[in-house]
Amino acid sequence: MSTSRSTNIVFENVSKFYGEVLGVNSVNLSLPPGVTSLVGPNGSGKTTLMNLVTGLVRPTQGRVSVLGLTPDEPEEFFRHVGYCTQFDSFPKGVTGFEFINQTLRLRGLTSSEAARLASEAIERVNLSEAAHRRVAGYSKGMRQRIRLAQSIAHHPTVLVLDEPLNGLDPMARAESIALFEALGKQGLHVVISSHVLHEVDKISDQVVLMSYGYVVAEGKIHGVRTEVKEHPMQILVRCATPGLLASRLFSQDHVVEAKLNNDGKGVLIRTKDADLFYQLLNKIIVEENFAVDTVAPNDDDVNSVYQYLVGTGSGGTV
Amino acid sequence: MSSTAITGMGKSGKEIPWQLWASQLAAVLRIELKKTLWMRRSIWIYLLAFAPAVMFGIHALTSPMGSHCSIEEDTRVLAYTFQIFYLRVGIFFGCLGMFTWLFRGEIMEKSLHYYFLSPMRRELLVAGKFLAGFITASLVFGTSVLLCFTFAYGHFGAAGHAFVFNGPGLGHLTSYLLVTVLACLGFGAIFLALSLIFKNPILPGIVVLLWESFHSVAPSLLQKLSVSFYLKQLCPVTIPPDGLMALFTVITEPVSPWLAIPGLLCLSVAILAFACFRIRRTEISYLAD
Repeated sequence: MSTSRSTNIVFENVSKFYGEVLGVNSVNLSLPPGVTSLVGPNGSGKTTLMNLVTGLVRPTQGRVSVLGLTPDEPEEFFRHVGYCTQFDSFPKGVTGFEFINQTLRLRGLTSSEAARLASEAIERVNLSEAAHRRVAGYSKGMRQRIRLAQSIAHHPTVLVLDEPLNGLDPMARAESIALFEALGKQGLHVVISSHVLHEVDKISDQVVLMSYGYVVAEGKIHGVRTEVKEHPMQILVRCATPGLLASRLFSQDHVVEAKLNNDGKGVLIRTKDADLFYQLLNKIIVEENFAVDTVAPNDDDVNSVYQYLVGTGSGGTV
Repeated sequence: MSSTAITGMGKSGKEIPWQLWASQLAAVLRIELKKTLWMRRSIWIYLLAFAPAVMFGIHALTSPMGSHCSIEEDTRVLAYTFQIFYLRVGIFFGCLGMFTWLFRGEIMEKSLHYYFLSPMRRELLVAGKFLAGFITASLVFGTSVLLCFTFAYGHFGAAGHAFVFNGPGLGHLTSYLLVTVLACLGFGAIFLALSLIFKNPILPGIVVLLWESFHSVAPSLLQKLSVSFYLKQLCPVTIPPDGLMALFTVITEPVSPWLAIPGLLCLSVAILAFACFRIRRTEISYLAD
């Protein structure tokens, strides 16, 4: 591999139309290694974006490259890319092991090497006991996990996962999230789509917010939140004397609201300038020997940002 | 898991990875042969293929030692059966069912993307699937033709033996088997390509059937775009052009076998090249299908 090759997943002015129906429009992105979450409601273009990355669909306009490679060089491209699609379908009559083994043999691997990697991947998703049972008899969660195993079996450096948590029980969800996080920390590109925001929020290094085929925001979630100027930042301060703090803060121009918590042990501040607020809070703490238990942003998460930008969704899903 | 991608037999760089391609082709062939040979939905193809063999078998049983027929008569019946049934119906519809399902089946079952996400040229996928279909169809129809031939002459005893081994019989058999294999090749290529263009290849298949049946009334140049044009030239027994059947059997543009075989091969390769061109542009959108 050339040393000058890009290390990112790059979209250059990419549009995709299905006839007259818009898939995605004018997408310009450069996704670095780590966990990237694609967030948006059904029909927002997440799957199209993933299919574009993996060459299952071709852009109507623009160019997509992964680590400087395109699907036109499949031997090289798909050695690096693994894709767990949303399609809950399998070749007929195969067992979990055969399914993964077959796809590994298509990579030109020897029988023993393919068998070793297949077993390793199956173990990784905790399906060893069911490996030699037919996939047709698997539960939805097991099918999801065997597809995940298939996408990671060849040790990809770019892993694309379309709604990978669908159908998983809470234990399997937690294990999968931990796996994605670990892969991201190993320096892999892990691109995940989800409409369950609080799940991806926990593990994402960066997010891409999508709506109606457009990328409405992208970057680290805190950075994106800071850019949403029209919605004052909410910060929750837990302290013993919230009333006193509220009266000190309320005289500031950038503070638009200070609301006491029902339990009487905290105050929710809405400020137009978070940096100024933190400076002021530090000053109060130092000068007035003010005791503060915790300070935490209250709407610095994917769900809030998505609602501010797109104006839909509630309860952690979009 | 290590972050190093598994390389397989492929080599980086611009070198042509023949070894990788060969092992990938073998892998596709293995998967596809299992499907095409043992597919439950292929039963009708087997029944279609072996129906004439059953008829010839019954004929052999009811006419021991050629008591109610002659070698000449059976030779003519075999020629009619081959040219009218096998070429026009059996192999044609058998290949239609088998080759169109190679890709359409994957699309219906939503499993084609597993191939598309492999580090494999899509052209190799076309080649592997085509080879699997070709081997299966040739095996099924070749066996059926062989059985028909055996039943047609076996019940004549010594006379039949003499016809086959000391007369023209063995030559006829070789020609029938060659035409069978070439028919599977030509029709297979057409139907595989059609399945990559049309969501429902049945209607285009009917158009092909009409073209293959009535191409003899077309101008000389156009006739060369028909698979039957080449196959007819290679059949060992000429059927007299009588009545309506003449439409199917008459040869208006005689061509030597030495041109007919390469001609058919060229036509098949051209169609497969088109299929490769199509599959490079094929996108996965199962919902639309």
